[in-house]
Amino acid sequence: MRFKFIPHTADVRFEAYGSTYSETFSNAVLAMFNIMTDTEKIKSVVDKYISVSSESLESLLYDFLEEFLVLFDSEGFVPHSVSAKIENSGDNYTLKAKVSGDTDLSKYEIKPDVKAVTYNEMSIKKIDGVWVAHVICDV
Amino acid sequence: MKLTRLNDYSWKIEKEGAMQVPVIIYASDILMDKIKLDKSLNQIMNVAQLPGIQKQAMIMPDAHEGYGFPIGGVAAFDLDEGVISPGGIGYDINCGVRLVRTSLEKDKIKKALPELLNLMYTEVPSGVGRAGSLRVNKNTLMDVLHDGAKWAVDNNYGFKKDLERHEDNGKIDVTDLNISDNAMKRGLPQLGSLGSGNHFLEVQYVEEIYDKKAAEAFGIFKGQICVMIHCGSRGLGHQVCSDYIREMERTLGSDLSKLPDRQLVYAPIKSELGERYFNSMSAAANYAWANRQMITHWVRESFSRILKMSPEDLEMDLVYDVTHNIAKMEKHQIDGKTKKVCVHRKGATRSFGPSREEISSIYRKTGQPVIIPGSMGTSSYLLVGTDSAEEASFGSTAHGAGRVMSRSAAINKFTGDQIKKQIESQGILLKTASWKGVVEEAPQVYKDIDEVVNVSNNAGIGKLVAKLKPMGVIKG
Repeated sequence: MRFKFIPHTADVRFEAYGSTYSETFSNAVLAMFNIMTDTEKIKSVVDKYISVSSESLESLLYDFLEEFLVLFDSEGFVPHSVSAKIENSGDNYTLKAKVSGDTDLSKYEIKPDVKAVTYNEMSIKKIDGVWVAHVICDV
Repeated sequence: MKLTRLNDYSWKIEKEGAMQVPVIIYASDILMDKIKLDKSLNQIMNVAQLPGIQKQAMIMPDAHEGYGFPIGGVAAFDLDEGVISPGGIGYDINCGVRLVRTSLEKDKIKKALPELLNLMYTEVPSGVGRAGSLRVNKNTLMDVLHDGAKWAVDNNYGFKKDLERHEDNGKIDVTDLNISDNAMKRGLPQLGSLGSGNHFLEVQYVEEIYDKKAAEAFGIFKGQICVMIHCGSRGLGHQVCSDYIREMERTLGSDLSKLPDRQLVYAPIKSELGERYFNSMSAAANYAWANRQMITHWVRESFSRILKMSPEDLEMDLVYDVTHNIAKMEKHQIDGKTKKVCVHRKGATRSFGPSREEISSIYRKTGQPVIIPGSMGTSSYLLVGTDSAEEASFGSTAHGAGRVMSRSAAINKFTGDQIKKQIESQGILLKTASWKGVVEEAPQVYKDIDEVVNVSNNAGIGKLVAKLKPMGVIKG
């Protein structure tokens, strides 16, 4: 399982999983877009390269997910697949990702609900060998 | 926590621990039971701990859990000692509601309604892939961020007299505007669009009048057709909120871990960062006003084309535009003295009575119109602000129904067909880009709006004027 939605009264809560945190971050992006559409149905037409760096893993996840909200609002980009690689040196985390997806949204049913990523109850933990990211999005 | 009942419609949580002021809750028994189900009470007790908070932290009858502040939270801060917190305003800066009146009666529009809804659905961009129908450039966007609704009116979106029917005339003065590239990028393609989620555009009729005098002052009569528009500052506002949450976190540094909740991050009002945030928030508020004003123009054009009468002849005046996610500098009575404070309203509506100088001359004798939208397919209400709200809630009341069920629970419980039938069986027409969205916003997932406005009325923080029922709904 790559991600799972967990009920939240007002907003959307999900957990993303992976054997490395790089994989978990990639799956978190897919989870966020699956709030709005079925990413399996999105065609890989356009490639994007994303690079972010932050002071902690939580902030990195926040910034990484937010990059996608900017791409979505400004270019109408929705991903089909995400491949992220995170490097850590001291207090700095750097993420580089290759993303494939589509910008012609007229082809899909999309409910553009996600307003923002939040820090509310955000956590990234290794549990029984699996990296679990817990995120709530404001919708 | 020590929760005591003050009267039928209000409760108090005494100061404890790091709380600097008590908490006041405006709710009936029924609403209090719902409020207790989530973290709203804990969240407002956290707010009561923030530096410089004045008198009392409050939640309105429709409160539910949010980020940092609960939705429905109201708090005022001292300008010297106090703070400003993006989490006390929300991601959707100046999310708000406006009501447009007409001279039409309910029966006159029934036949034309399907065609009218179709046209408005095309004219008013709502969802994705159909972003704003006009593409503005960066310079124009800067003008919008400075001039708000005035920019829209100057560019022929609406009437000049619309402006005095906004809080702050639809424009907060902005100096040294400094908005991130990401916020600009998100704002450019979305200007003049409704957005999705709980945002909507409804054709409604006035079902009941509770206060004849106020209704008359607002130009409202029984059986009248009105249009209600609910939307905000779109991705631009969300990005401004997010940018400053991040920057304030970095600035707070190790103090961040002392906060009861990371999302309560703040900056002193009197600091470079606090002032910059207030400016950027104001610019996003201006964007939202321009946005709603443009939508108003397209609504008028649509009515005009279908009914073959000019908007002027249809008397499509703006009744009022209220904002329910914002911070404002206002004067209030604190410890017997008049004091200027920074009032945060997050999911709460300003509800000023006749004595406030902020209200434009047309409503000075009556008080400010307060518009409280229901959820999709349920009643909405027009209220009037009261002088007693000043003392009770820094002149604030509820902003809507407030959710009680998660989106995923709604999707597991209902189908699009079910909700469509349920709404259509009440004679309401519905146009939407997403049936999944309709299920998520089903009337059952919200608190009872009737109960919310009754508490507002009986607690004296906003008096009932009229009830509006939907006839046609457009949901992004």
